[in-house]
Amino acid sequence: MSSIIELENISKTYGNNTVLKQVSLKIQEGQVFSLLGPNGSGKTTLLRIIAGIEKPTSGEMRFKSAKVDEGNIDQVRLETTMVFQKTALFSTSVYKNIAYGLRLRGYSKRETDEKIKGVLKTVRLEGYEKRPAKKLSGGEQQRVALARALALDTDILLLDEPTANIDPKNVSIIEDVLSWVNKEKKTTMVIATHNMFQAETLAKRAALMLEGKIVKVGAPQEIFTLPSKLLASYARLENVFSGFSKVTCEGTSLVDVGDGLQIEAAFEKTGNVTVFVRPEDIILSSNPIVSSARNSFEGRIMEISDVEPIVKLKVRAGKDFIVQITKKSFIEMRLNIDSRVFLAFKASSIQTI
Amino acid sequence: MHCGLGNEIIDGFLKALQLIFSGDQTIVEISVRSILVSSSAVMLSALWGLPVATLLGLKRFPGRFLAKGFFNAMLGIPTVALGLILYLFFSNAGPVGFLRLLYSPTAMIIGQAILVTPITVSFITSAIESVDPEIKDLAKTLGASETEASIAVLRESMSGVVLAITASFNRAIAELGVVLMVGGNIAGFTSVLTTTIALETNKGEIALAIALAIILLLIVSALTLVVNMFQRRMTYYFRGE
Repeated sequence: MSSIIELENISKTYGNNTVLKQVSLKIQEGQVFSLLGPNGSGKTTLLRIIAGIEKPTSGEMRFKSAKVDEGNIDQVRLETTMVFQKTALFSTSVYKNIAYGLRLRGYSKRETDEKIKGVLKTVRLEGYEKRPAKKLSGGEQQRVALARALALDTDILLLDEPTANIDPKNVSIIEDVLSWVNKEKKTTMVIATHNMFQAETLAKRAALMLEGKIVKVGAPQEIFTLPSKLLASYARLENVFSGFSKVTCEGTSLVDVGDGLQIEAAFEKTGNVTVFVRPEDIILSSNPIVSSARNSFEGRIMEISDVEPIVKLKVRAGKDFIVQITKKSFIEMRLNIDSRVFLAFKASSIQTI
Repeated sequence: MHCGLGNEIIDGFLKALQLIFSGDQTIVEISVRSILVSSSAVMLSALWGLPVATLLGLKRFPGRFLAKGFFNAMLGIPTVALGLILYLFFSNAGPVGFLRLLYSPTAMIIGQAILVTPITVSFITSAIESVDPEIKDLAKTLGASETEASIAVLRESMSGVVLAITASFNRAIAELGVVLMVGGNIAGFTSVLTTTIALETNKGEIALAIALAIILLLIVSALTLVVNMFQRRMTYYFRGE
């Protein structure tokens, strides 16, 4: 497989703020590549540079081995497209939103009609052509944005947190569509995401970004199990809590993470600490849990994301916890939004950063 | 005395209606000239105002703030002052006197176009600035060049552009200073609604003045009404507001 995008020492500075520092990266043709990292780590800026809507301050980008510059940037834009985190739509109908890019590429009316019908079917919005795009729900709007990008059949599809602000049903549709697109059309995709499930299920390779630099490139699994707890926690970005830790007489520590929540950890530390627990280390039950686990909390389900074969739940128990269970357990336990649940995890599963 | 003036107004008003409904030739001719001069002026101001507004609304460059301030300050320029300046320019001794434009419809069109340019530029600039900044990037990610992306932004700010054009037309057709100074109110050649209303009132021809004033009000109100209805439908349909 050959590289479709090559970035070499790309830096981007706004005033005194350097948001990308010497980023070098190769993305193979047909690959799904995910960019992981906390907010402000430079993921969006990197996507914008690849999309040709932002110029790097220094460094070089090559598209299909050709250096990207003023002379060919318009061509690169025709072969690349991007779906934004905050859905951006033209104030017109769904049809005209999707037709915009097709018109720029010189498609005839008949071809445009056919394409639009096809992509709306793909994102499961058949018959929505005449609807005013901005009147749809948030999730449907994002599906229109995705349909608009897919209609163009570009070589590269860039996605900036495509499912960040939408409900689980729409998340699942978008994820299905993305999997299908990669499998059927072999489109190269670069996805910036916070969502480890997306990164693991969709992407073959991932890069972890921190403070404008790429700190690790590899298979998503490699990144999530990085030896450095700091990096692993940033890759996950879930169940990270900070608070004051006090050593107990039993040789463990109680970390007061606020909102009336104290987490018991199997270490002896006094002072401010940041700790995290992996979602798969948390046991979820619909009844109070009697076990050896030192941490047991009652909470309510706030969000449900269905990512076959796993269901990810956000449970509010003082703080918000991300918990993952299998789809089978989820169905058997008859869980729903606002269901009362109990969480338990061992003191030894708490790790410090 | 009071009773006499009252009668005069009522009498004038009735005669005015008569003149309008009988399709009086002078009234038709003056109204058509007014509409033609002012709409040409608005088109001319849009021709240079749109690119300037697009530049001010989309690009960041040194002096942008000053330029925006200049157009905002010029919004309230007294028409007589502008008329005088233009008179000096167009008069035989003026820098463009050789063009022999003074007291011609062309001079009136140019004068009104200059008068309404600050409205066109300021309103359209604000409309462009209020468009979601991601629209330009969106257009580019869909394959648009720099110019095509700017056009996409302009299309998104269409209701603001329509408002600017309407306000410009209303200001142009209702102003007196510029058309009087550079047009000279020559009957059958440069006389328009406002200049004729002023002249006829001075002459005591109240009926004709009232008839023309009614037509002027009707033109302005009808245009505003149609534009408002159009905008409400656009906003309701496309923005869900």
